[in-house]
Amino acid sequence: MNEAVVIPMEHGLLLAGILFLIGLLGVLVRRNIILILMSLEIMLNACGLAFIVAGAHWGVADGQIMFMLILSIAAAEVSVGLGLLLQAHRRFGSLDVDQASRMRG
Amino acid sequence: MADYIYLIPLLPLMGFLLLFTTLGNLPKALVALVGVGSVASSAMLVLLTALEFMTLREPLSTTLYTWINVGGFSPFVSFYVDGLTLTMLSVITGVGLLIHIYSSLFMLDDKDYSRFFSYMNLFVSAMLVLVLADNLLLLFVGWEGVGLCSYLLVGFWHEDSANGAAARKAFIVTRVGDTAMAIGMFLLFAHLGTLDFAPMTAAAVSQWPEGSPTLTIACLLLLGGAVGKSAQLPLQTWLPDAMAGPTPVSALIHAATMVTAGVYLIARTHDLFLLSPFALNTVAVIGAATLLMAAFTAMTQHDIKRILAFSTISQIGYMFLALGVGAWASGIFHLMTHAFFKALLFLAAGAVIYSLHHEHNIFKMGGLRRKLPVAFWSFLIGSAALAALPFTSGFYSKDAILLSAYENAWQGPLLWGIGLLGALLTSIYSFRLVFIVFFGEAKTEPSQPAGWLMAAPLLVLCLLALVGGFIVIPVMDVFPAATGPAHDGLIAIITPAVPIVGVVIAYLIFLSHSIDISPWTDSKIGKALNRFWFSHWAMDWLYDTFIVKPYAWMAHVNRMDIVDWFYNFTADVVRFLHDQATQSQTGQLRTYAGVMVLGLAAITAIALFYGGGTAP
Amino acid sequence: MLELGLFYIAATVSLISTILAVTRYNAAHALIYLIISLLASAIIFYLVGAPFAAVLEVVIYAGAIMVLFVFVIMLLNLGQSGDVAEHVLLRPGMWIFPSVLCVILFVEIVYVLQSSERLLKGIVVGPKDVGLELFGPYVLAVEIASMLLLAGLVGAYHLGRRYFIDVRDTPTAQPLAAMSGDDHE
Repeated sequence: MNEAVVIPMEHGLLLAGILFLIGLLGVLVRRNIILILMSLEIMLNACGLAFIVAGAHWGVADGQIMFMLILSIAAAEVSVGLGLLLQAHRRFGSLDVDQASRMRG
Repeated sequence: MADYIYLIPLLPLMGFLLLFTTLGNLPKALVALVGVGSVASSAMLVLLTALEFMTLREPLSTTLYTWINVGGFSPFVSFYVDGLTLTMLSVITGVGLLIHIYSSLFMLDDKDYSRFFSYMNLFVSAMLVLVLADNLLLLFVGWEGVGLCSYLLVGFWHEDSANGAAARKAFIVTRVGDTAMAIGMFLLFAHLGTLDFAPMTAAAVSQWPEGSPTLTIACLLLLGGAVGKSAQLPLQTWLPDAMAGPTPVSALIHAATMVTAGVYLIARTHDLFLLSPFALNTVAVIGAATLLMAAFTAMTQHDIKRILAFSTISQIGYMFLALGVGAWASGIFHLMTHAFFKALLFLAAGAVIYSLHHEHNIFKMGGLRRKLPVAFWSFLIGSAALAALPFTSGFYSKDAILLSAYENAWQGPLLWGIGLLGALLTSIYSFRLVFIVFFGEAKTEPSQPAGWLMAAPLLVLCLLALVGGFIVIPVMDVFPAATGPAHDGLIAIITPAVPIVGVVIAYLIFLSHSIDISPWTDSKIGKALNRFWFSHWAMDWLYDTFIVKPYAWMAHVNRMDIVDWFYNFTADVVRFLHDQATQSQTGQLRTYAGVMVLGLAAITAIALFYGGGTAP
Repeated sequence: MLELGLFYIAATVSLISTILAVTRYNAAHALIYLIISLLASAIIFYLVGAPFAAVLEVVIYAGAIMVLFVFVIMLLNLGQSGDVAEHVLLRPGMWIFPSVLCVILFVEIVYVLQSSERLLKGIVVGPKDVGLELFGPYVLAVEIASMLLLAGLVGAYHLGRRYFIDVRDTPTAQPLAAMSGDDHE
């Protein structure tokens, strides 16, 4: 890898944006809790991508460090989320997120 | 000098506070001691005041403090004692003390003993404030106070809802009068700038010519208040129903003191009335009409207390008649003698009712002459005074009124004639009562007559009813000198003779049964007249049909009126919006996420297109 | 040139596999597609000069977090019934409104990005540089991240428990134990 890299930054950011929106679509549409959590992971990954691209644009390590922090957030969130998933499965008997609607009204 | 005057109303007020805050917790002897003792000490203070007044021969006054001080309106709480006030004070505390002693035995079996005495003390205190007041506003305070106590005491046995209804009727009807009086006070203040009696009179004399419309209206409004409190036409329907209260209450409030408050008011403001002949004549007309109506009604009644109630209305009509023709002193004199014999009659009636186990119907009584001697002689003396038989106290006062009425410039002979007819009817119905209850054969057996605590006040009142005519009340300096009634021949002979004729008629009809009135009473006209007079000239029916029912109908029709509709509408709109807004709370995660995305899109759009910051 | 072409290829793979991941009925299939998407992202990281991030992406994200997902899916052991249930849960009509929202956002992103055209410098930021930054200015962030992971650990442990183990001490938790789906222990 050398100086003649010609990747446009906007294209990288655009990719990150599209991936983010796809993940958002998955969160809004899917009712299976596992799929929702997976879509959240997609969104986090897209954010990380954006950070890396931006860091590469400036040529500093900050982008990668932000990406690492995002990674740790994702790890913690996934663990807790999957624990909640198991509890919800035990309580409702299904993986439908619409079952958890006792806050209705 | 007059430093202790404020104690006169204060002691019964303290009695009220003490008894009311310890309801039911003190032994009955102590309650009686406090209740009677406070009035007794007031009576003694009145005696002291009387002695001081007699020696000094000038009015006493004392100012306690400034009550309100707003924009030129600053009534004081100050008390003023002249001859008129002194007379009223003596009557209130004297007769009041006797009635309190009587009721300490009469109400002994009642479970609300201390409540009774607390209300009675409050009443005495309010009435004393009324007569001691130096300005109309303070008088009005006492006025309202006695109205409240009347309500409390008439509805004393409130477990029976009929008593509560009677108390409400009394309060509401007098309230109508109170409103008129308040408007009259506003009018007087607006024009005269003060409500103190002496400055008010001076200002009125200087400001208004005789017969001015404003003054007449103000006087008529004050008269409206007096009419309500003193149970005269047209506001007299509450007094017969107020007999639902205990008998000592009827004696004190509805015979001796509260119902005379109206008479006192007009006497106190007599200078204003003198400036307005129309108002004065109205007073006389009201008095004459009322006394006649009530006399006819009393003849047909069969409840012993109702007979006495209508008799009270009639006698106060005499007092109004006296004031209306300018015989001020005679009116007050009749007030005093009436207090004596009417209290006597009510207390004796109480003794009769007490001994007959609460029987009120006179046609179920009879022949009590031997079994209840004290009650019999009390009734006899009281009725004699009521009928104005010669040399009783009532004779002197009523005669003075009738003779002054004859001299009146406006309609003297007519008023005299009405008064005379009323006197005839008075003696007929009062002796009808005596003969039916105390003679003839007994229909209900009485139990033991009551003890000396009830008998002693009766005896004292008997004495006063007999010799009270010789008391000279010190009101010469208060009222303008009335033209002395001319004692010319025929009038001066007829006037005392008519009551005697009435007694004879009553004897013939009800005792010896020599005259048989059944052809008249059993005829169609007789029956109709009887019903008409029995229903108090259909006044209750009149009020019910033309005032109560339309008002109730309007209230019913208007129960969802525009104001209610507006508030309900507002509440309904809010509830509707709430229901709509609640629909957004689906409780589902995806909905909330979607809303967040929507918000994100909106904010981003605003930031991009209207932010005006770093444009891309 | 090579990098640009590789970049576009990896981007395409990432897009397609992500779209597929979001739209599958079977959770395990969606998971595999997601892993492919993450691997494509790793390649993109490497191409723009962040090799350390690329390795981390593969090792931690695809290697640990996705494996965690796999474990949970296996733990639930739904089988065919999960597939059938998913057909009930996901219907085509549900895509319309969210798609509209996302299109709006897409338009906004494009609007923001279209104005400039910057090329990335080809600087490779290696692990050593990252490490120097971490132990330098970002040491506090590292500590906070470790606390976050501790919180996640404790939360996951507590939420993963079965309540009837507590029931022997506190009888009030009893109703929670009698749940459908408690099949394994």
